[in-house]
Amino acid sequence: MKYLLENRNIPSKLAGILVLFVGFLLAAKLCLGATSPDPSQVTSIFRPESTPADWVFRLSTFVLAVTGAIFAVVFTMIVYAIVKYRQRGGDDDREPAPIYGSNQIELAWTVIPVLVVFVLFLATARVLHSVQDAPEPSTAVEVTVIGHQFWWEYRYPALGVVTANELHVPVSDLAHPTPTFLKLLSADTDHSFWVPQLAGKTDLIPNRTNAMWIDPHLEGVYVGQCAQYCGTQHAKMLLRVYVDSKEQFDRWVQAERKPAVADSAVEEGRRIFETTACINCHAIVGTAANGRFGPDLTHLMSRQTIASGAAENTPANLRLWIQNPDAIKPSSLMPAMKLNDADLDELVRYLETLR
Amino acid sequence: MSSDALTIPSAAAVRQPWVETLHEWVTTVDHKRLGVMYILYALVFLVVAGSEALIIRIQLMFPHNHFVSPQVFNRMFTMHGTTMVFFVGIPVLFGFANYLVPLMIGARDMAFPRLNAFSFWLTVLGGVLLYFSFVGGNGLYGAGNAPDIGWWAYAPLTSRVFSPGQSSDFWTIALLVSGFGSIGTAINIIATTLCMRCPGMQLGRMPLFVWLNLVMSGLVLIAITPLSAAQIMLCVDRYLGGHFFDTQAGGSATLWMHFFWIFGHPEVYILILPCFAFMSEIIPVFSRKPIFGYPVMVGATVCIGFVSMSVWAHHMFSIGMSSYTNSFFTITTMAVGVPTGIKIFNWIGTMWGGKIQFKVPMLFSVAFLFQFLIAGLTGIMLGSAAFDSQLTLSYFVVAHFHYTLVGGLIFGLFGAFYYWYPKITGRMLSETLGKVHFWLFLIGFHLTFDLMHVPGLLGMPRRIYTYEPRPGWATLNLLISIGGFIQGIAVLIFVWNLIFSYFKGPKAGNDPWDAWTLEWSVSSPPPVYNFASIPTVASRRPLWDLKHPEDPDSLYE
Amino acid sequence: MSAITTPLPQTPGIWTLPYRGKVGMACLIIAESAIFTIFVVAYLYYMGKSLAGPTPREVLETPIFYTVCLLSSSLTVHQAAKFLRSGRRGAFLTLWFLTIVLGSLFLFGTGQEWHRLIYEHGLTISTNLFGTTYYSLVGLHASHVTAGLLMLTVVLLFGLAGRVGPDQSARVETLALYWHFVDVVWVVVFTVVYVLGR
Repeated sequence: MKYLLENRNIPSKLAGILVLFVGFLLAAKLCLGATSPDPSQVTSIFRPESTPADWVFRLSTFVLAVTGAIFAVVFTMIVYAIVKYRQRGGDDDREPAPIYGSNQIELAWTVIPVLVVFVLFLATARVLHSVQDAPEPSTAVEVTVIGHQFWWEYRYPALGVVTANELHVPVSDLAHPTPTFLKLLSADTDHSFWVPQLAGKTDLIPNRTNAMWIDPHLEGVYVGQCAQYCGTQHAKMLLRVYVDSKEQFDRWVQAERKPAVADSAVEEGRRIFETTACINCHAIVGTAANGRFGPDLTHLMSRQTIASGAAENTPANLRLWIQNPDAIKPSSLMPAMKLNDADLDELVRYLETLR
Repeated sequence: MSSDALTIPSAAAVRQPWVETLHEWVTTVDHKRLGVMYILYALVFLVVAGSEALIIRIQLMFPHNHFVSPQVFNRMFTMHGTTMVFFVGIPVLFGFANYLVPLMIGARDMAFPRLNAFSFWLTVLGGVLLYFSFVGGNGLYGAGNAPDIGWWAYAPLTSRVFSPGQSSDFWTIALLVSGFGSIGTAINIIATTLCMRCPGMQLGRMPLFVWLNLVMSGLVLIAITPLSAAQIMLCVDRYLGGHFFDTQAGGSATLWMHFFWIFGHPEVYILILPCFAFMSEIIPVFSRKPIFGYPVMVGATVCIGFVSMSVWAHHMFSIGMSSYTNSFFTITTMAVGVPTGIKIFNWIGTMWGGKIQFKVPMLFSVAFLFQFLIAGLTGIMLGSAAFDSQLTLSYFVVAHFHYTLVGGLIFGLFGAFYYWYPKITGRMLSETLGKVHFWLFLIGFHLTFDLMHVPGLLGMPRRIYTYEPRPGWATLNLLISIGGFIQGIAVLIFVWNLIFSYFKGPKAGNDPWDAWTLEWSVSSPPPVYNFASIPTVASRRPLWDLKHPEDPDSLYE
Repeated sequence: MSAITTPLPQTPGIWTLPYRGKVGMACLIIAESAIFTIFVVAYLYYMGKSLAGPTPREVLETPIFYTVCLLSSSLTVHQAAKFLRSGRRGAFLTLWFLTIVLGSLFLFGTGQEWHRLIYEHGLTISTNLFGTTYYSLVGLHASHVTAGLLMLTVVLLFGLAGRVGPDQSARVETLALYWHFVDVVWVVVFTVVYVLGR
C-alpha cells in the first residue's frame, strides 16, 4: 500500500484499473455464459427465443460493437495522455506551451460522433418499427393481460379462457407463425411484463391499453417478473410463460374451458369455500364464487406455483397461504382467512381437486 | 488601478462565546459561510443516504434474505434516491457555486445575500421535513412512515388509495419546499454572474466554472419548476380530491411520468454540469495548460442545456409510446451525447502536451474521465429505444446512473474538495490520506458498479427487496455489496481527513496549486469582503498574466 | 502571504452591467412561466376528457369586464412607473392606487365566478377533470395576482409615507415587471380556458 501511495507512477494506477477490468470481464463471462442447473431459470437478454427478443439481441450486438470501438479509441487516448505527458522527476520548471484550441480538431470530433449517432439511430428505428408496428396475423393467439397488485390475470377472449399467473402459449414455427399478441391493462397501479428471453418489456398502466407480441420458437418454461415498482410485493410478482406444442396448447385450452371439477368427496370443503369470504375475491366456474379481485381458481391445480410464482403449488404451501399469507408474501392483498384447522384441511382438500 | 496591499489582522485575537459564533453562522448572509453550510449539510446527508444504500446492499447480498422487511427496503431505496439527489447533490453543488462564483468574478458577495440565506434555510427545512417522516409519517391513520413510493413517486401509487397515511405527503412537501430554495439560489447565481462581474471580465473571460454554473442555474429555473407544478397537482389530488392523476376518474398516470421526467432528465444535467465545472478548473491547472477550446466548451455546455430539455421520454421507453415517438427520443438522447463527448475530448486535449501532476485532485479527475466515458457509452446503449426495452427498469440502468453520479459526480466532487479545501480553510488536506481514500474508493466503486451491469443483462429488475436464485444473480450481488462497504470505508477516511486536516493540516497560503483564477489571489480563507479593491482583468487567466507579465494570455485571446 | 493584489490591466472605460433586480425578476418570471406552462399543458391534455359532470360549454361565462380591468391595470402600472421616474409622485401614487383597484376588481370577479360555479352548477375541484384543472389553473393565477396586490400595496403604503421617489424607480419598475407577467399569464389562461376550452 505504501508503495502505491509513494509511487506517483502511472503504471501502478493502470495496473490497478486493468486488474479490476479483467476481473469484471471474467465475472461477466462466468455469469453470462454459465449453464444453469435449472434451464427454466434463465433470464438473460442474450438468450433470445422469440423474434422480438432476437431482433433486439442483434441490435444490441451492433450497438455494443460500436460503443466498444469508441471506448477502445478514447480509452487509449486517455492512457496515452496520462503516460506520455506526466511530469517527470528531472523536469525543469518551465510551463508547457499553452495551446488554446484548434478548429479543425473540434470539427473532426464533432462530425464523427454525429455520424455515429445517425447510424445508431437508423439501426434502432428499424427495429422499433419492426417490433412495434408488426401486423397481427390471423393465426395469432390473443391474450389480455391484466396486472394486479401482485398477480397476473390472463384472459383469452376468443377462446373463452380466464386464468391467472401462468401463461400458456403455443410454440410458433417460423414457417407458419402462430404468435401470441398480448393486450396489456392494469387494474390498479403500473406494472411491467418482462420475460427477457421472449421480448423487451412493456408496461401495464391503468386507464391505458398497451400491446406487445411474442412468438417463441422453442417449447419450455420461460420466466421473468414484474419490472415496474408497483408496491410492497413488487419483487414477488413473478412471471411464468409455458410454451406448449400445438397439441398441448389445445388440450390445455379445452381443460381450462371446462367448469370446475365437482367431486362429491370434498363437498364439505366446497361448502366452506362458498360460505366464507373467499368468494368475495375469487371465482370458481360452476360454483357460487365469481369474485374478480383475486386470481380465478377454477383450475388451480393446473398450475405449478401459487402466489404468482412465490411458492410451489403443494398442499402444504396452499394451506400456509390461506392461513398466513404473510409467511410467503408479506403485504400481499390476500388476507389471512382465520379458519380453524379442521375447516382449513377440508378447504385444502377441496382446492386440491380443482384440476 | 493602484495595487493596494492590505494586511488585515486576524480576528482570532478576540475569543467570543460559542453562542455568538453559532448566532453569526445562523444569521449569516455571507456567500462563503452559506457555501460552507450547504457543503456540510450535504456531507451529513451523504453519510445518511450512504447508510441507506448499505442497508439495501446487505438485504440483497443473498437471495431471499431477511435483513429487512419489504416495507423497510422500499423505504430505503426511496429515501436513498431522494436524499442523494435533493439533499446531497443539489446542496453540495450550490455550496461550491455559492462559495466560488463571487470570488471567481471579482465580486464581494452574491447579488441577493438575504435571498441566498433564505434559500439555504428552505433547503434545510426540506431535508428535516423529509426525515421527520420516519417518526411522523403515521399521521392520523396509523399507516405510513418514510415514503416508499420510489424517488419518482409514480402515479397512481401515490394516490390516497395506494399510499395511505402521510408518507407521500412528506415526500411531496419536503421537495416542494427545497425546490423553492433551489430556484432562489439559481436566480441568485444568474443575477450575480450577469450583473456583478469585475471590470474587464466579459462573458468570454469568465472561468468555465462560472459558465457551467450559469447554465446549470438556467436549467434549474425551467426544470425544477415542472416538478414543483406536478407536486402541487399531487397535493390537489391527495388533499382536495382532485383528479390530475386519478386513473379511476379518467386521469392519466403517464401525465405524471411526463411531468416528472421533464424535470428528471434536466435534473441529472443540473447535477453533472457543476462537476464538469470542477473538471474544467482542475484539469488545466494540473496539466499546466489552459483549457483546450474554451469557446467550444462554452458552446457545448449551452448546447447540452438546450438539448437536455428534449430527451426526457427516454425514461419512458417501456410505457407503450408509438414507434415514432420512441425514435424521436432515441435521436435526441443520442444527440445530447455529442456535446458531452466533445467536452471529454477537450479535457484530453488539455492534458495533451502538458506536464501532468498527479496530486489527489488530478487523480480523481483522471478517474472521472475514464468513468464518465463508460457512463456515456452505456447511456448511448440505453438511448436506443429498442435495446432499452430489455435494459430499462433493470440493474443495468441502476449501474449506468450510479456510474454517472458516483463515477462522475462524486469523483469530481472529491477532486473539488481536495482542490478548494485549502482555499476555504487555509489548510491542505493530507495527501497521504487522500491517496488511500482515492484508491480504496476506486476499487470499491469498480467492484460494485462494473459488476452491477451484469445482473441487469441477466434479467434482474430494480426496486426488488429480494430475488429468486437465478443463475449468476447471487454471486454478483454479493460482490456488489462488498464493493459498497469498501466505498463506505473510503468515505469515512475522507471525512476523517476533512476533520483532521482542519486542525493539523499544513498551512496552505494563497495559492498552493499555482493556479490562475481570481479566488487564488486572496488569502486562504478569504477575508469577509473578498477583495480589498475590486480587481480588473484582461484575460481568462488573470493570475497567469500577473505571474508572467512578459507573456500574458491577453496577447493571445 | 495574506496580501490582496490587484492585477495589472487598465480599467475599461465604461463597465456597466444590467441592474440585478430586473435580472432577478426576469429569472423568477421564467421559472414561474415554467410552472404555469405545466398547468396549461395539463388543462389542454384533459380538455374533453371528463367522464361526467359539468362541461366548460355548459357553465363558463367569459369574464370580459374583469379581463379588461386586469389588462388595463398593466397600462396604469406602466404609466405610474413613468411618472415616478420623472418625479411626479402624486401622479405616480394615483395611478398606482388605480392599479391596485383594478387588480382587486379582477380578483373579486374571479371570486364571484367561482361562487356561481360552485353553488349554481355544483362544479368543484373534485367534481371531474374539468373542475380539477380549471380551479387549479385559474387559482394558481389568482394566487399570483394576490401576491402581486400585496406587494403593490406595500409600495403604496411606503409611497404614502413619502418614501418612494425617483431613486426607487428601478425597484418599482421591477415590481411592475412582475405585474406585467401576471397579465400576460392571464391572456394565456383566458385563451386556453375561455376560448379554446369551450
